[in-house]
Amino acid sequence: MSFIDRTARSFLLAELVSGMALTLKYMFKPKVTINYPYEKGPLSPRFRGEHALRRYPNGEERCIACKLCEAICPAQAITIEVEPRDDGSRRTTRYDIDMTKCIYCGFCEEACPVDAIVEGPNFEFATENREELFYDKDKLLANGERWEAELAARLEADAPYR
Amino acid sequence: MPKLTVDGIEVEVEAGATVLQACEEAGKEIPRFCYHERLSIAGNCRMCLVEMERAPKPVASCAMPAADGMVIKTDSDLVKKARNGVMEFLLINHPLDCPICDQGGECDLQDQAMAYGFDSSRYAEKKRAVKDKELGPIVKTIMTRCIHCTRCVRFSEEVAGVGTMGAVYRGEDTEVGPYIEASINSELSGNLVDLCPVGALTSKPYAFTARPWELKKTDSVDVMDAVGSNIRIDARTGEVLRVLPRTNEDINEEWISDKTRYAIDGLKRQRLDRPYVRKDGKLQPASWDEAFAAIKAKVSGLDGKKIAALAGDTVDCESMTALKDLMGKLGSANLDCRQDGSKIGGPRASYIFNSTIAGIDEADACLIVGANVRAEAPIINSRLRKRWRSTAGDFKVGIIGEKWDPTYKNDYLGAGPDTLQEILDGKNDFAKVLKAAEKPMIIVGMGALNREDGDAVLAATRAIADKYGMVAGEWNGFNVLHTAASRVGGLDLGFVPGEGGLATNDILDGAAKGDIEVVYLLGADEVDMSKLEKAFVIYQGAMGDAGAQAADVILPGAAYTEKNGTYVNTEGRAQQGWRAIFPVGDAREDWAIVRALSGALDLTLPYNNIDAVRERMVELSPTFASLNVPTKAEWTDFGKAGDMKSDGFTSPVRNFYMTDPISRASVTMAKCTEAFVKDAAAEKVA
Repeated sequence: MSFIDRTARSFLLAELVSGMALTLKYMFKPKVTINYPYEKGPLSPRFRGEHALRRYPNGEERCIACKLCEAICPAQAITIEVEPRDDGSRRTTRYDIDMTKCIYCGFCEEACPVDAIVEGPNFEFATENREELFYDKDKLLANGERWEAELAARLEADAPYR
Repeated sequence: MPKLTVDGIEVEVEAGATVLQACEEAGKEIPRFCYHERLSIAGNCRMCLVEMERAPKPVASCAMPAADGMVIKTDSDLVKKARNGVMEFLLINHPLDCPICDQGGECDLQDQAMAYGFDSSRYAEKKRAVKDKELGPIVKTIMTRCIHCTRCVRFSEEVAGVGTMGAVYRGEDTEVGPYIEASINSELSGNLVDLCPVGALTSKPYAFTARPWELKKTDSVDVMDAVGSNIRIDARTGEVLRVLPRTNEDINEEWISDKTRYAIDGLKRQRLDRPYVRKDGKLQPASWDEAFAAIKAKVSGLDGKKIAALAGDTVDCESMTALKDLMGKLGSANLDCRQDGSKIGGPRASYIFNSTIAGIDEADACLIVGANVRAEAPIINSRLRKRWRSTAGDFKVGIIGEKWDPTYKNDYLGAGPDTLQEILDGKNDFAKVLKAAEKPMIIVGMGALNREDGDAVLAATRAIADKYGMVAGEWNGFNVLHTAASRVGGLDLGFVPGEGGLATNDILDGAAKGDIEVVYLLGADEVDMSKLEKAFVIYQGAMGDAGAQAADVILPGAAYTEKNGTYVNTEGRAQQGWRAIFPVGDAREDWAIVRALSGALDLTLPYNNIDAVRERMVELSPTFASLNVPTKAEWTDFGKAGDMKSDGFTSPVRNFYMTDPISRASVTMAKCTEAFVKDAAAEKVA
């Protein structure tokens, strides 16, 4: 019996018809692909992208050089050097992240007591050579300035769940 | 001997011990802030509460004497609740600034809050703020963090003996600090930083430098003075960041002097990091081969009598051994490790601290001759003070030489040899004290022995030791206090003029006259370089100081943090330190430089590694056969009786903070000199 059934189906091109039917169905459904560089998908406020060092609204850098991010970093991608600033406060003289080592785990962000180092929404920071991926303090602070509005919004959106 | 039960474990402790000590005996850890083994008991932090049967409430174990039949519980719910309460009170006014606090990671409060703290605070009122105090260039204060354990107050009062710290006002307004606005003028002030259980007192030169978890810790031995304090060198990425004391009950207990602790920043400046050869009157950078070739050109074919070697104050025994052997191969007997020309040498008992430092705890009278112990060896001075305190003032100290403030009661007897003679003749009042004492001791400093009449002074001090029974049975109270870390090692190795050889002053005079043509300075910077102008000077060392300036060839050596080395302290105790970091630039370990030079001169020394050098050291002196224990020296005849000049003894250490090339290059030591040394301050004004 099953032999007749199988033979009938294959002669009637049943698989082909059902496949084409599926294709036809999707032709009328909304598209899932996006036109990437011009269109972008949604990101969670917890998305862990490119790092940034933030400042307070008055322009003072947040980072107090406690070195907790350096200590927790499982990839040992962060290097910090500290010296007392002229006003006696504790600030970094060097804050480097080796983006080629970073595994984007977000522990640095979790460890930071002052929300200074954050992983922002930016994931488009491909470079043409390795050296550009060794971020220093200036680069990270510049990132912070560029993304501050979004970073603050993300932190606020995530705050109720922390 | 009371017997008590701690958590069901029966322990027996010495009479007079506290419940806390009994708990430790039973292996129970008691949290504490104010209690410290080496300080008096204050009992004011209340963290060490334990439950005692038949007591109405928890008792502070640090202040409760252990008694027979006590039943103590250290881990009951009541104890936990009581400690939680204490911790909550302590945290009411303690700021939550751990991320910017230098104590973070090694903070007692942080650690104990993990065990006894809550995750959030119930205290909604305002926290207090306290104005920071100025304590000088070494101790940084953030007094808001202070929890009033008063360890610093007790340390400065009891151990340092300066008594400048105190607690003023009451209750919540209590403030710890100097009574008057004054820095702590003590050579031991750095220990306050170690003592402070929180981040109220931290190290100023080390401020914000590193976190404890980043550091590589290496055990070593200090070379800033002849005490041989045990230290731990903390380094990160090829940089020595700080020095901390290591506990050694026989030497430094757990204190170290400020120079030991803070002179290390001198190791980053004025370093010799590559060989130099003088060409056309100017030192030019050269390669090792060029430097050795320049030496070979000068030395080969030269009569051994025209070559001399001097060893400096901070060199290790390995390099002295190698250089001694090289000089032997060159046929020279002109070598000396006594840069100051002091008249020591001879039998071993005549140049070591025979009673040992721990022996001070048994002595009952002390005569100090020509030594400013506080400046020359602050750790020994604190030991003397400890003895004076533990005997409630019965420990009598007489001082001959310059006037200095030892921080304990003393009799100033006179300035020079005349007083020494009076004591010897029994005419001085202090002679009675020495006579009555059971275990009297004498400390002879370099100030008394580096004079022309040093031999006669040594003979006189020996006669005093004999006359007043300072050497009897096991007790030997004849002590020589050195100022150089390498001195006793050099004397033990026989780095002294051989047969027909010249001593330091003769070498210098010979060089000035032109009789000595080549002078090898192994880290020797304290000699009169103007006398070496005619000679061909080879300087081997780590620091660009006087010796390097006078040199014709510079061989860059390693500093004490950068090599494995053996040092013999003033007691005659051989100790080994380990390398914390690698030498800078092209510099090499010192014994290896001498070994390489010997190869270049075709006089190859018979050792290829440091173990072979150490075997050779054991051959030269039994001192090196047993590490970390001082070997007793036989009491034999020494000194040469003679006329003593009448001018007073002067200590070789004029400024405690700057005694060697490393401390002279140190910024922190320069700041201390400015702050604490009166002459320097006056000089600056003038």
